[in-house]
Amino acid sequence: MSLTAKLDQIFVLLQHWISGFFPLWLQPAVGTILAVIAIVATFPGIFAVTTVLERKGLGRMQNRLGPNRVGPLGLLQPVADGIKSLTKEDIVPASADAVVHFLAPVVLVAAIFLGFAVLPVGRNMVLMNMDAGLLFFFAIGASTELSIFMAGWSSRNKYSLLGAMRAVAQMISYEVPLLLSSVVAVMMTGSLSTVKIVEAQSGFTGIFPHWYVFTPWGFAGFVLFVIAALAETNRSPFDLPEGESELVAGYFTEYSGFKFALFFLGEYLGMLSIAGFGITLFLGGWGAPFSFLGFVPSWGWFFVKLFGAIAFFIWLRGTLPRLRQDQLMNFAWKFMLPMTLLNLLVAGAWRFLGEGWSRWVVCSAVLLLAYVLLGRVLMRKQNLGPRSYRYAD
Amino acid sequence: MIVGIAFLLIAALTIAGAVAAAVLRNLVHCALSLTVTFAGLALLYLQLDAQFAGFAQILVYIGAVAILVVFAILLTRGAGIPEYRGFSSGWLLGLVIAAATFALLAWAVIKSLPAQVATGAAPAATVQSIGAALMSSYVLPLEIVAVLLTVALIGAVIVAMPESTTPQSKAEDGGGR
Repeated sequence: MSLTAKLDQIFVLLQHWISGFFPLWLQPAVGTILAVIAIVATFPGIFAVTTVLERKGLGRMQNRLGPNRVGPLGLLQPVADGIKSLTKEDIVPASADAVVHFLAPVVLVAAIFLGFAVLPVGRNMVLMNMDAGLLFFFAIGASTELSIFMAGWSSRNKYSLLGAMRAVAQMISYEVPLLLSSVVAVMMTGSLSTVKIVEAQSGFTGIFPHWYVFTPWGFAGFVLFVIAALAETNRSPFDLPEGESELVAGYFTEYSGFKFALFFLGEYLGMLSIAGFGITLFLGGWGAPFSFLGFVPSWGWFFVKLFGAIAFFIWLRGTLPRLRQDQLMNFAWKFMLPMTLLNLLVAGAWRFLGEGWSRWVVCSAVLLLAYVLLGRVLMRKQNLGPRSYRYAD
Repeated sequence: MIVGIAFLLIAALTIAGAVAAAVLRNLVHCALSLTVTFAGLALLYLQLDAQFAGFAQILVYIGAVAILVVFAILLTRGAGIPEYRGFSSGWLLGLVIAAATFALLAWAVIKSLPAQVATGAAPAATVQSIGAALMSSYVLPLEIVAVLLTVALIGAVIVAMPESTTPQSKAEDGGGR
């Protein structure tokens, strides 16, 4: 095995080496446990780095410094945050439903960790190569909604309940376009297995890769997926469920100490996993962006893309204002849903138009035309102008 | 051995959830216990190697039906105060109906069991084969379900639509509609 191949498989080799110390019948179990430990250690680690990056990045965009007191350049801030949340008093409101109040953050984080099980982080680096892997991820993602409801309801606080209702309504609305926009990748691959989806994108034409994002339907699907993913993870500009100017902190208003940190962790892990699946579906997973860069380990490419996605999310958060509830729903049902359905048709047409330049023209024209027309029609009904306030003017 | 223990654990979880859903006094607690039952059923499907059915169960029942139940409770009644009695006055009748239903189902299941239980390799039902079956031999039921769901969706939109013409028509025919 050459050096680059060894470097590419270093974690797989490490796993085999460690499980080699155990008797043969224990080896599969030990291998699985090692992979689970790797997932449970890596992604919260990235979460810690992300919190610093986010606060630094937002500070940069808002003309301030961000955290700069703990450690060099403020890099040890997450350690201080972790110690703080561990030592803080855990307050449960007197009227709260204690059992459900306790269960909500645990269920949320457990469900989100399960989603990483089918995420291919590198070549041969996936915990479970399931036949229905993508369906597993979406099923797990759907079950996090219930834990958010549990948190909001059990707190017996009007802000919590309002935040939970907003979050659940938003997540249900955007789950439809999220699922439908990722179906195009499944249609082209012919499999729901995440590993096969990545493998289907691993070829090169010249030096350029066969990522799905470089096709008309793939590009449209990717943009729609990113928008739906932002809404699904309650990130700005879709952060109404925790709009601090209206709802204090939304569904986790009544949480403190480490339970609050668990919600924070769950939110960021959800963002990481959905970004990971966006990369898997449309950005070639662990594939190199150019054919001559194949010597870099596959897991390296995955994490480079993941940090790129995180940077994009931070950039959006620093740039975009928050949507209103009616704008949010209108956008989901009147723009996202028709576009995803049309994209399914376009993907089918792409498949049956055959090779050649004609399918590029037809598919791009249909999608562009639909985008322009739909945008024009929807914008015509909006009364854009100076906003009048009923009580403030 | 391990499979048997896993089955017993999952079955106990499922039944415990169902019993709690029937016995608990707070309606939201009942709904959450019902979700545990849904999850237990999904785990049973997964234990039978039916990945698609198991994940579809989680996606549809936990992701949608449970949320629908919870929303319906919150929108129709006050959230929370345990004011519901555990047993209604007609519990004897309910018991008889439940027993009769269970007996009928059990009879039907036992009758339909083949004399010889197949012990060979389990048939591999991949997602691809399920999709192929849905698109070929079961395409008509699929289309009928699709039409039914579309009709339900349009109906819900029409019910929820604000009646912008109502005041005018009321004024025209004197409000006697």
